[in-house]
Amino acid sequence: MTEGMTESVKQQSAPAGDESRNAAPSSGLGIALAATLRRDLVLMLRYRGEVLNPLVFFALVITLFPIGISPDPELLQRIAPGLLWVAALLAALLSLDSLFRGDFDDGSLEQLLLAPQPLAALSLAKVAVHWLLTGLPLALMAPLLGVMLSLPPGSYSILSLSLALGSASLSLIGAIGAALTVGLARGGVLLSLLVLPLYIPVLIFGAGAVQAAIMGDGAGAHLAILGALLAASLALAPWGIAAALRISING
Amino acid sequence: MSLCLQARNLACERDDRSLFADLDVDIQGGEVVRVEGPNGCGKTTLLKILSGQLGDYSGALFWNGRPMQDVRDAFLRHLLYLGHAPGVKAGLSPLENLVWYQALSGERSSEDRRLDALANVDLAGFEDVPAGQLSAGQQRRIALARLKLTPRALWVLDEPFTAIDRNGVAALEATLLDHARAGGSVIVTTHHELAASPLLRRLPLGESMQPSAEA
Repeated sequence: MTEGMTESVKQQSAPAGDESRNAAPSSGLGIALAATLRRDLVLMLRYRGEVLNPLVFFALVITLFPIGISPDPELLQRIAPGLLWVAALLAALLSLDSLFRGDFDDGSLEQLLLAPQPLAALSLAKVAVHWLLTGLPLALMAPLLGVMLSLPPGSYSILSLSLALGSASLSLIGAIGAALTVGLARGGVLLSLLVLPLYIPVLIFGAGAVQAAIMGDGAGAHLAILGALLAASLALAPWGIAAALRISING
Repeated sequence: MSLCLQARNLACERDDRSLFADLDVDIQGGEVVRVEGPNGCGKTTLLKILSGQLGDYSGALFWNGRPMQDVRDAFLRHLLYLGHAPGVKAGLSPLENLVWYQALSGERSSEDRRLDALANVDLAGFEDVPAGQLSAGQQRRIALARLKLTPRALWVLDEPFTAIDRNGVAALEATLLDHARAGGSVIVTTHHELAASPLLRRLPLGESMQPSAEA
């Protein structure tokens, strides 16, 4: 064992400026990203309750509205886009708090920060898992709940598409807040306060897309803006998340 | 051996209380440095500063003679830090935990090396048991398996002996000394008495500086 160690130490202790070693991290990044994606997916699927919680919340809220307001199809159809979007947004927000919490509690987060890989890319992998198991299922489930709100069938695909695009932005923006509040014992309320104002543009254009689809207008413009919001958050949020994680760990 | 970590005029304050000031630390290859002092004297904080995790200090850090902020990536590629929390996921098996750490460190994935590393910390036979079902000592051993799994020159270990049984402590002590003998270096905090060795150096911390107080 000692011999093996000697060799490996020699290998590792090459001068810091050694250019030949600089090729390693970039090729290692793909491996690290794949492993992080895989690890988080396996973990989330083992704790199914965390995946199901937002979906059940979404279904419950939407089920209660026809009972609480009125079963009148015309009224429901008018408020359906907003209702579906608000409920999905809150469901996604609920699940955000646990995004980095587990890793913070068991020390994995400090290991993530000490990995010789760009933190922005690694945190993007974590957000991708969050979207795959929260935003995407919410988007796929929404048409089912749309039936309950007598949403016209023609708008189902737009509803799913707008939620899929929008929830990706929500996950990315929300992760900045989650990273900022991960060090606090009860960061949930603060997280909502921080993140909700930033969610409003996504909500406006998301609900607008479904509304337009019901009216028979083209939803293309709304979807394009949702796409633009996603592109912007995809480009900027990872840096915000990485910086926020550093601040949280520092504190 | 080019390994060299230096700190100059290090000072750190927490909640208006000065933990240490004017601290100079020199860590070369081939030694085990034990940071010692009473509880709350800033051992963990010093380790976090030296491993580049905390920015909340005054003074300067140098890695191989160059300022830390310029060579942080190179430094991280030579660093293995084990903190208070073992960084082990309860929902994953020991093997799955190591898969992630191996990938994160940029090493090629190798099942043989992971099994070897687990056997090395006496976890053979527990490879596929969820870590949450293992004892605290066994979870700590999963983290310690990384010492062998991902070879790094500089080990920064915060209380690595916590929850480890007597045999494990002896084996870990031997591993630390072997690492120093091979040219690597170890910075460690522990309340466990390490056997005297020419490779072992003490770094007392805290204003009281009473080495006997903790024994």
